[in-house]
Amino acid sequence: MKGESFRIGRPWSRTLALLSLVVCAALAVPAPRVAAALPAIVELDIAKFAYTPKEITVAPGTKVVWTNRDESPHTVTSSDKKFASTGLDTGDSFEHTFSTEGDFGYLCTVHPYMTGVVHVHKK
Amino acid sequence: MDTHDPANSGAGMNRRQALRCLAAWTGTAVVWTVAGGVPRTLAATGGRTTIAAPDDALTFVQISDTHIGFNKGANPDVVGSLRHAIAEVNAMNPAPAFIVHTGDVSHLSKPAEFGTASELLQEFRVARVHTVPGEHDTIDNGTTGYLRHFDHDGSGRAWYSFEQGGVHFVGLNNVETFKQSTLASLGPEQLAWLKSDLAGVRSSTPVIVLAHIPLWTVWEPWGWGTADSSEALALLRPFGSVTVLNGHIHQVLQKVEGNIALYTARSLAYPLPAPGQEGVGEPGPVTVPAGELGKRLGTRTLSVVRGQRELALTDTPLDG
Repeated sequence: MKGESFRIGRPWSRTLALLSLVVCAALAVPAPRVAAALPAIVELDIAKFAYTPKEITVAPGTKVVWTNRDESPHTVTSSDKKFASTGLDTGDSFEHTFSTEGDFGYLCTVHPYMTGVVHVHKK
Repeated sequence: MDTHDPANSGAGMNRRQALRCLAAWTGTAVVWTVAGGVPRTLAATGGRTTIAAPDDALTFVQISDTHIGFNKGANPDVVGSLRHAIAEVNAMNPAPAFIVHTGDVSHLSKPAEFGTASELLQEFRVARVHTVPGEHDTIDNGTTGYLRHFDHDGSGRAWYSFEQGGVHFVGLNNVETFKQSTLASLGPEQLAWLKSDLAGVRSSTPVIVLAHIPLWTVWEPWGWGTADSSEALALLRPFGSVTVLNGHIHQVLQKVEGNIALYTARSLAYPLPAPGQEGVGEPGPVTVPAGELGKRLGTRTLSVVRGQRELALTDTPLDG
């Protein structure tokens, strides 16, 4: 049993050592190390009264960020009210993290003919 | 009628000629009358004071799409544009009875925008400013923020009616009820209310309807229409004189359907493209060369002559 706990302990202490290295490295060069730890991000534009691209497929846990490039306000409002931005002025962004699988249609409540869909599926 | 037809230019015109004449004047100041739903051009004018309306006429002004809060290149000073219009209207003699504002009072439905707009509209030296909401006034919480400043009768609804000068006025909300990928609509609750409201009005009474989005389909790909407008127009068809005043598309257009005449108005904020304009994919603000903006913004003066079922309209650019 002692041997087993010894064997368990060694990789754990290696992990601890590795973790402290990562922390030190993260402190020294924060941006790339921290980014690697965050969920995937997909950025979309709202431009010329359209979500661009209109349809995307992402893995669960992906954060989707919409940014309004128009001079007119738009919203990102889920068809089933699961998520909803406020009115986005020029340059404003809205983000939502899709944790579960499914097809999530959305529209602009100011211009209801503007629609888009996020497909969330495991790869 | 000829009693206030100074040029008598409409005499003998048939409807086709009249409409052609109207089309030619679209986008400029034009004075004309409606008798039995058929418009006749009277005279072009550069100012409002040339309307020769009898003393007992009801004269009022339509403004639209002030977009208070907008500050982009197409018009960095929408407050200045509204104040310009206020100064011109306040100089009218005789003064109009009231103002109607056909929606998009604010740009982003922000409380501060409604507050600023409310204060600015009080600078009109008239008894009342009647408003209807636009889709820019209902962005985050429906009509909640709008109604804090513009609840017409304290009912907590953004539709209403009132009588003035022998005319039945109806204000409607056609920006809040919609399904994905469809035009916005009035909705069954409001149509039921409209039916009961009109049930008490005699068919000889002129009816004037205010609604933000046109009550006819101007250009569906841009949402320039109302999904259930035909149901509303069916309720209005029994009346001898019906005038529908809309905003939303920031330009003067007109359509006549029997006794029902429908008009959109200029904005006081920025121009939009012509419906489905070639080379333009979306209805976004149009930035025009310096000095041109005031020609693309403007107001409308309307006169209703008591007992004559007539209406005279003048569309006047801010800089004409």
